[in-house]
Formats: sequence, structure tokens, C-alpha cells
Amino acid sequence: MMHQSLFVYSGYRYFKLCMVLIITSVIAYAIHTPVDGPNGGTWLGYTLGGLGAAIILLLMWFGMRKRSYKSDMGQVQGWLSAHVYLGVALIIIATLHAGFQIGWNIHTLAYILMFIVIFSGIFGVYAYLRYPALMTKNRRGNTLELMLVEMSELDRECREAAAQLTDEINKCILDCSENTKIGGSVWQQLSGKDSNCATLAAFNKAGELNKLLPKEMAGDASHLMTLLGKKCELVQRARRDVQYKAMMDIWLYFHVPLSFALLAALTAHVVSIFFYW
Amino acid sequence: MADFKIAIIGSGPGGMSAASHAAELGLSHVLLESTDHLSDTIFKYQKGKHVMDEPQVLPLRSPLDFTAGTREHILEIWNTQVAGHNTNVKYNTEVTEIGGEKGNFSIKTKSGETITAEFVVLGIGLQGNLRKLGVEGEDLDMVQYQLDDPDEYADETIVVIGAGDAAIENALALTKQNNVIIVNRKDEFSRAKQGNEDGINKAIDTNVITPYYFANTVKVEKFGEALGSGEIGKIVLSTKSGETEVNCHRIIARLGAIAPRRFVQSCGIEFPSDDPSAVPALTDQYESNVSGLYIVGALAGYPLIKSAMNQGYEVIEFIEGNDVEPADEPLLKEKFRSFSARNNNMSVSNVLEMITTNVPLLSGLTTLQLREFMIDSDMRTPAEGEIIFERDDFTNTFYSIVGGEVQVQINPQDPSQRISLNKGAFFGEMSLISGHRRSATILAGKNCVLIETPRRSMNKTISSVESVKRVIDEAFLMRALQAKIAPNTSVEKLQSVISTATLQSFKAGEELFHEGDEGDTLHLVRSGSLTVSKTVGGKEVVLSYLPAGNYVGEMALFGDDMRSATIRAAVATETICLDGDAFRKLADEDEDVRKRVQEVIDNRKQANVQMEDNSDSGTIISFLVEQGLGEATDVLLIDESLCVRCDNCEKACADTHFGTSRLDREAGPTFAALHVPTSCRHCEHPHCMQDCPPDAIHRAENGEVYIANNCIGCGNCQRNCPYGVIQMALVSKKQKTSLVSWLLTGAGIAPGGHDAAAAKKDPDAKKMAVKCDMCKDISGGPSCVRACPTGAAIRVNPGEFMSVTNLENY
Ligand SMILES: Cc1cc2nc3c(=O)[nH]c(=O)nc-3n(C[C@H](O)[C@H](O)[C@H](O)COP(=O)(O)OP(=O)(O)OC[C@H]3O[C@@H](n4cnc5c(N)ncnc54)[C@H](O)[C@@H]3O)c2cc1C
Ligand code: HEM
Ligand code: SF4
Ligand code: SF4
Ligand code: SF4
Repeated sequence: MMHQSLFVYSGYRYFKLCMVLIITSVIAYAIHTPVDGPNGGTWLGYTLGGLGAAIILLLMWFGMRKRSYKSDMGQVQGWLSAHVYLGVALIIIATLHAGFQIGWNIHTLAYILMFIVIFSGIFGVYAYLRYPALMTKNRRGNTLELMLVEMSELDRECREAAAQLTDEINKCILDCSENTKIGGSVWQQLSGKDSNCATLAAFNKAGELNKLLPKEMAGDASHLMTLLGKKCELVQRARRDVQYKAMMDIWLYFHVPLSFALLAALTAHVVSIFFYW
Repeated sequence: MADFKIAIIGSGPGGMSAASHAAELGLSHVLLESTDHLSDTIFKYQKGKHVMDEPQVLPLRSPLDFTAGTREHILEIWNTQVAGHNTNVKYNTEVTEIGGEKGNFSIKTKSGETITAEFVVLGIGLQGNLRKLGVEGEDLDMVQYQLDDPDEYADETIVVIGAGDAAIENALALTKQNNVIIVNRKDEFSRAKQGNEDGINKAIDTNVITPYYFANTVKVEKFGEALGSGEIGKIVLSTKSGETEVNCHRIIARLGAIAPRRFVQSCGIEFPSDDPSAVPALTDQYESNVSGLYIVGALAGYPLIKSAMNQGYEVIEFIEGNDVEPADEPLLKEKFRSFSARNNNMSVSNVLEMITTNVPLLSGLTTLQLREFMIDSDMRTPAEGEIIFERDDFTNTFYSIVGGEVQVQINPQDPSQRISLNKGAFFGEMSLISGHRRSATILAGKNCVLIETPRRSMNKTISSVESVKRVIDEAFLMRALQAKIAPNTSVEKLQSVISTATLQSFKAGEELFHEGDEGDTLHLVRSGSLTVSKTVGGKEVVLSYLPAGNYVGEMALFGDDMRSATIRAAVATETICLDGDAFRKLADEDEDVRKRVQEVIDNRKQANVQMEDNSDSGTIISFLVEQGLGEATDVLLIDESLCVRCDNCEKACADTHFGTSRLDREAGPTFAALHVPTSCRHCEHPHCMQDCPPDAIHRAENGEVYIANNCIGCGNCQRNCPYGVIQMALVSKKQKTSLVSWLLTGAGIAPGGHDAAAAKKDPDAKKMAVKCDMCKDISGGPSCVRACPTGAAIRVNPGEFMSVTNLENY
């Protein structure tokens, strides 16, 4: 239909633009042979440097444009399409600008920061491509909120089913309903697992305890196990949902702060050149 | 001798005003009210509701005061003033029967009392009486028939009774904090809106709500003291497996209201048609066909407080034999001002008379109906050459030509090809009926005088005046056949064909005909839309989707009387049916007919082949049709394989609409990766427009259905929209978000946030209905779409994209 991913946006407009930029830069670099070897101080170096800095500013501006909802300056999708392609093009443009000169100084710091930002961005795009579809599939038409409601309903049913059984089983069901966490620490969110999952523990323990029950309680016990089984599955899906969302969000916590650090390093780099060269 | 001269039934604004005026004049009167307080409709508004005094230009004429203010304030004033006039009010008196005649009516009440009166004024409004359980315990305080705020209750076991939208919405809202049980007399919830039906079924499947099916209430009982677990009483249900008792804290029965129509008819009052919007025909003096029985207020077709109050006053004057100038006279004077000035200061009544003479269509209206019609309409005197509307506009007003002429551009390629319509004719009925774009551009001709009538008034007139309906239907038929099938046939020849044509209506999902059936009727879609499907490999596969203006059954022209596909109504649909003979006769007279039809057939064949190869597209169309997209003109679709759930779309919508997002991204159904979020679809015939008392919902030129500022916050549109896209929100224009300060310091409200504190403090803030307006006032178009970083959110017109070729590329 008419849904278009950000790569193909507007007939690959920004991909084409970046190819032109890259090819021109490479050709210029190849035919340009300054006396003291390629570096940032030649006319080509300045040009590429200026271009790179301009691109970085433009990429930074994306955060502003994304939130200027009233702005009618293009679609955000177009901006992101340009952002992604220009960001990748920076690898080449900045490297050519530096003329492959690396050392322990503020200039290289900016260069390295830029790389981290770019690679975090590339991870982001990977996450954006991979997780949305997985998330839809995992949800089976539900929302996370509904899954949580469903869980508390299962808890209630478990308590009812356990009411006829032993105190120990009841305790374990109570534990399951009170201590099952969805989400939690960043790490737990990202892993989609909880090594101390109360529901799983309850499932195992109730299984054990059920074995000790007299025969006439077997019906109730197996009903309880079905419910606990259902809850285990649901808990797992809910955690996976949180995991997918976390994967789509986490990289921005590196991408954005580091892009500000990059902006600072870049400023230092430019200032130092113009004042101390 | 009768007990009273005038008995007024119902103490709403209309009845109350009438009774107080009678009291003021010292007439013998009684005001009968079924509840124990005045004006139940207003009494039941939400606490603190700001009541509006639309239409503001209308002067108030009543012994009681009324200006915009809170519900409490207004009720207090009325209580004091009604008492101050020594109005004779009889509370707890529900009238069940009115018999007798002028001079000696006998009014029976529910308690068995009979009251006699010479004249009766009926002002019972349209709300009807809430249906009760009808069993022992129905009036206990643990049983309630309304629910204002579901969040008020927590940790209770609540039994909700009913299977309609209100019951389901209440039940779902209560699950957040309570244990909810729903009692349904049947075994399904198919009466409810799709979204609600899905919601309740899901809640039941996942055990969030416990259902009792085929269950009827036997009785409700309160315990002497609450149980240990807190329940204060029980409800006894009879189910298929016998009687069950459910202990609970509270019972909420949402059984709907008994519409007053049947009662009104039982009094001998006639309605011109079965259409729910039909209004009884009244004389200029509000007298019904039963002499001596008068009707005022919402029941008479005036659904606003101020007009009801004015009528209450006037009706007493009329009964007293006085001829008062109607309160709307100044309004009409103002409407006709520029026209009158050019025509020797013609008086209002002369202008009205001239309209009836010049426009035969309107001659069947009573003076009262015509006045009301004209108050809603505009009298326009456009200069020659001025554009009245353009082809492809989405407007839906109706025009009558009172004088002069207009020019219709019949060929979009060649604007000079025109025909003229003269005095007495009308136009604009095509868009009104089909809900589609204007089919031609129309320009004002010489001395043009037009009446432009909004959709709602026109629809009300069509359903209330039989002759108007007939004439408009015929004109539509003629013009539709000309436009879609036989452009070169003369009107006279078409006439003979049309006499055999009939109108048929189909419910959503109903079949027009089935693959393999015999039959040769041609159906031209007048409103609504169709799907075409075929059985492929034992499964029904949807091949295509046909919006209004298309036809099916064309094969009959070539003598083929076996149906090659199954045709179903995608939404409620009306078609014009031509039998095979009539159709062939048309083709014999005009050779273009055959050529055009052949072209359509060829295109369809080609499309069908493509579609059969790609039956996935068919499943997508089926899914979209099930979601009601068959009546949408513009819908938000999200591709979930691209959507990163950033909610930037919602934030953009909120930011551009005073802090309230008009779309709910997460809600709504998903098929494969295609998600239909909860957001307005800008329906061809917007359900939300029905029963909007101030007629505040309109359609703009590009099809945007929007709510204007004169919304009174009554919530009718919210209830009427089947897609649940309207919310009631406190709208304050004082919303300050700051990108820079938020980005740099984290202070202030982020763009896309809602400044609830500012809204609360704003004295001009107003609770009103809000919905997507397709960002019609924002340059650049839909903000939600423009803000989506990944291109997951798009807005499309289903009529355009639900075609094979477009879906091919999906
Ligand atoms: C939520 C909501 C908000 C609204 N907000 C506004 C607003 O802000 N401004 C505005 O102008 N309009 C508003 N309206 C519309 C307005 O309330 C109605 O148009 C108006 O109340 C109609 O007045 P009425 O006198 O015709 O009948 P009603 O006000 O409906 O009164 C009818 C009365 O008759 C009684 N009755 C019914 N049947 C019987 C019987 N058989 N025997 C005896 N008594 C009977 C009822 O108990 C009731 O008291 C709103 C409507 C709703 C539903
Ligand atoms: C030096 C280079 C870059 C800089 C300075 C930069 C900076 C930024 C900034 C400031 C944002 C805004 C985030 C926000 O406010 O939410 C952003 C978002 C983003 N960037 Fe970059 N970026 C760079 C390179 C890249 C590259 C190379 C890619 C991908 C290949 C990329 C992909 C993205 C994506 C996908 C987003 C998120 C869009 C969203 O969900 O709103 N970036 N970047
Ligand atoms: S609000 Fe509802 S009924 Fe009205 S146009 Fe939108 S989707 Fe249709
Ligand atoms: S089109 Fe505009 S009003 Fe409608 S949902 Fe999108 S942003 Fe909101
Ligand atoms: S803006 Fe786009 S990606 Fe973000 S939540 Fe909305 S549809 Fe999904």
C-alpha cells in the first residue's frame, strides 16, 4: 500500500544525496595532493570539516524538529531519513577530513565520540527495523495494560482454586500474586527475564506440594496448575513486550547524551584550531 | 367541568416555562412531573456542568430566567422562581395515558389517578424514562441506573446488568478497581458498537469480567449487615441451569430508556414517518393533529433549552387566543434583511410566502416548519459568476433557488459547457444523500437568490415532510442515472425508466445477491458501499470494494442472468434498483450506455484476475470493511512493522490541539501488521452529527468532520459515534509548552504534554466534545502523520486505496 519505510522515503532522495556527497568527497580527496600530505588544514580539509560540522549540527537539530509539532518544515520521517543517511556519510566525510591522522588529543576525542554516536544510531535503526514486528506478534492483539489486568484476574482465580488446598500452597500462591514483577531494573527490562520470577517459583513449588495432597484434591490441584501455567506464559509475554520496548529505547540514552558530548568536543576542536593553530 | 383549564405534562424548560406563565396570568393549571424534582433532563446533567444558552442571538421570553451558568445555579433559580409564581406542580406523577378531547381531556397517571383538563401541553422531552429492573428490590439504594464516575468505586464486587454500550462501557471502566460481573439476557453482545463488543468479549475471555448469560433478575435483597468480605446484599438470577445468587456491593443496571414515542402515538399524535428523527407535524401555534393538545420543547423538534422556554410561554398565549409574534421573528428579520432591503422592505411573512410560492419543494411545509427551516438556513444573494461550490468539495448543504438562476458546469474538462437551473429548482442533494464529494461546480447566474440549508435541517425536513422526501428521491434518481449510466438520454425518456426504479436499503453485511443466483436487477449505490466477493477454493474471497456511485449487476445488459459474484453491503447501504428490462430499454435508446458498461466490465474482469492471484489483499479488504472503513472518507492507518511505539503521533496531536490528543494509537484492532487506531474516520454520513442539539458538528470542504465552538458538551455525539473516537475534555486555550526550556533544564511542560493546572484555572475553559479535525486549521496537514519519524502512520481515503491495484503494492 502506501506505507513507506524511512529508507525509501521520497524515492531514496537522501540516499542519493549522500552518495553524491560521498563520491564527490572521495574523488576530491583522491585528486587533491597537498604538499604536507592530506590533513584538516588544507582547503579541502577545511571544506570537508565545514561540511561535517554542518551535518552534525543538522543531525543535532533533528531533536528540535521532532518536537516542533507545529512546524510544517517537511515531515519528520524525511528528516530522519536524511539523518540516517547523512549520519552514515559522516564516517567517510570526517575520516577524509582528518586525513587519517589520529592521536591523543581533543580532535581525536571528537572523532571517537562521533563514531560512538553513529554506531549507537546504527544500532537504533537495527532495533527500529527488528522489534516493531516482533512486538505486534508477541502481543496477539492485546496491549500491555490488558495483559496486566489479565494477570491480576488469573491471580484471583488461583487464590480461589487454592482456597480448598493446604496453607503452604496458599502461601505460595500469595507470593506469586504479590511478588511477580514485570519490568524492573534496566537490565531486567532488556533481558526480558527475571531470575527470581515469583510466578515460575510458585509453579514449581506448587507442583511439588501438590504431589503430597490426598487424592480427592487432585482435581483442584490440577486446575490450579493450569492457571499457573497460563500465568507463566502470560508473564513471559509481558516481559518480552517490555524487552522489545526497552531495546527500541535504550540506545537513545547513549545516542543523545553522547551527541551533546560530541557537540561540546566539536566546539572545542573548532575553537582550538582557530585560536591555537 | 374539567379540573383544570390547562394541564402541562413534563417540567422541563418547555413545560416549566408554560406552567409559570399560566400561573403568572392566573389561569387554572397543573404541571405534572414524573420525578420528585423539576426538569429531570437538566437535573441529570453531570455535576457542575456548564449549561449553555445557545443560540445566543435568540432572545428569551419566559417568566423564568435563563443565562449560561452551572447546572446547580440554573436549577436553583428555577426552583425559586417556579415557587415564586405559585406554579401548581404535582411531582411523582407519571402520565401514562391521555384520552378525551379538547375541552375535556382525561389524563391517567401511573398511580391510577385521573386528572381532567380543557387543554393539554405536552413537554416530556426526548430522554424517556430509565428502564428499571421491574423486580422486588429495584429501588434499593444498592441498585443504581446511572454511573457518573466509575473511578468513584474501588475494591467492590459490582454486578452490571445489560448488554448495550452503556452497560459494557461501565463494566469495562469499573474493572480497573473492582471485581465486575455482567448479566446478559442473551448469549452475546452484538447489539453494542464493534469496539465495545470486542472489548467485553476480550475481558470475558481473559476472565477479567465474569458473565452470566441467558440470565434474568429475579430479585435484589439487602443483608441486615454486611458480610465479612464486605458485600452488602445479593442479586438472585435465573439462568438456564437454575437460580443463582450473587453477593455484591452494588448493582448497576443499564437497561436503556423507554423512548417517549410510543406513548405520544398512543395519545393519537401522528408522526409523518418511522424515521427516528421525524417530528410530529404542528400548526404555527404548536397544536398537534389532536385538537387542544399542544407540543413544546425537544419533542416538538426544538432540542435546546432557550427555544423550549420560549415555546412554553407562547403556547399559553396561543391557548388564551392571543396572537404573539414568535420569538424567532427578529432572527428571521435579520436573515432576510439584505433581501428585504432590495425588495421594498418585504415583511418576514411575505418573504416566507414568496418562498413557498417560488419553491414547490417547500410548499408542503407548515409555516412553523418553514420558519424553523429558515432559521437554520441562510438566504443568499450571490453576484453573477460567484462560485456556490466547486466540484470535489466535501460540503453537504442543500440549496433551493428562490429567484434567478444558477449555472452547472457539466463537463470538468470544459468549463464552458453549462446547463442552467432556474427558480424553483434545487441542487446539492447528491452530496447530501451519498455523503460524497460535489459532482459538479455551480456558479450563480443572473438575479440569483438561494436558500442554503445545513445537512441536519434538511434531513429533518426530509424525514418529517413526505412530499419533500418524494421529490428529492426522484430528482436524485434522475440525476444519478444521468451521471452514471445514461448521459445522453433525454429527461423524458429517463422518466419512463425511472418509474420502474425502486429504492432498497441493506443492513451492514446483508447480501444484495449471491454468486450463482439468477436475477438481472441492476443496483446503483446511492449511499453506503459494497464488497464484491467470489468463492475461491471453497472460501469466500473479497475481490473489491465499491463506494457510492458505482453499480453492480451490469452483466444483465448482455442477457446474462446468472450472478457471477456475491455482493454485500459493507455498511448500511441504499441502492437504486432497475430491473433488467428497463435497463436494456435504456441501452437500446442510447448506444453510449452499452459502451460505458462494457468498459466497466472490462476493468472489473482485469482487476478480478489480479485479485484472485493475490487473495491476501482480499483478506485485508475484509478486515478493513469489518472495521467499518466502508463508510470512512479518511482514516489513520499504522503499519505496526514500522511503528516504534514512540507516541510522537499522539504528542503531535495533543500539541496542536490544546493538549488533548484526538487519537489513541494503542487502542483499536490489528490485522497482520495493519493497525486501525482509535481516531476519527470522517464518515460519509457522520453518525456523530445526529442529535447534536446546537448542530455544532460540520463537514468542511476537504471532508473534515469537525466540532465547532458552540458545542454544549451534552455527550450525544460521543454516544453516537460507533468508533469511540470522541472524548469529552476540558478545553483551555491557555496551554503553554516550551521546547527549549524543557530540553535544556527539564522545566515546564514538554511539547505534546497537557497543562492540566492551567486548564483548571482558566475561567474560559469549557468541557466539550473533541475529536480529530484532520488538522484542518494547521498548515501542512495532519500533524500525527507529519510527526511520525518512521512513516508508520498515514492517513488515506479507503475509497481510493481499497482497490486492487493499490493493494497490489502493499
Ligand atoms: C447531557 C446534555 C446536555 C445538554 N446541554 C445543553 C445545554 O448546555 N444547553 C441547551 O440549551 N441544551 C442542552 N441540552 C438539551 C436540553 O437539555 C434539552 O433540549 C431540553 O431539556 C429540552 O427541554 P424539554 O422541556 O423539551 O424536555 P426535558 O427537559 O427533557 O424535560 C422533560 C420532563 O418531562 C418529564 N416527563 C417525561 N415523561 C413524563 C411523563 N410521562 N409524565 C410526566 N412527566 C414526564 C421528565 O421527567 C422531565 O422532567 C443538553 C442535553 C443533554 C442530554
Ligand atoms: C554524529 C552523528 C549523529 C548525531 C549528532 C545524532 C544526533 C541525534 C539526535 C540529537 C537525535 C534526537 C533524539 C531525540 O531527541 O529523541 C537523534 C535521533 C536519532 N538518530 Fe541520530 N545522530 C547522529 C547519527 C546517527 C546515525 C548515523 C544514525 C543511524 C544510522 C542515527 C539514527 C538516529 C535515530 C534512528 C534517531 C531516533 C529517531 C526517533 O525515534 O525519534 N543517528 N540523533
Ligand atoms: S466522530 Fe465517529 S461518527 Fe463522527 S465522523 Fe468520526 S468516526 Fe464517524
Ligand atoms: S489529523 Fe490532526 S487532529 Fe486528527 S488525529 Fe491527526 S493530529 Fe490529531
Ligand atoms: S509516531 Fe509513528 S512510530 Fe511513533 S507511535 Fe506513532 S505511528 Fe508509531
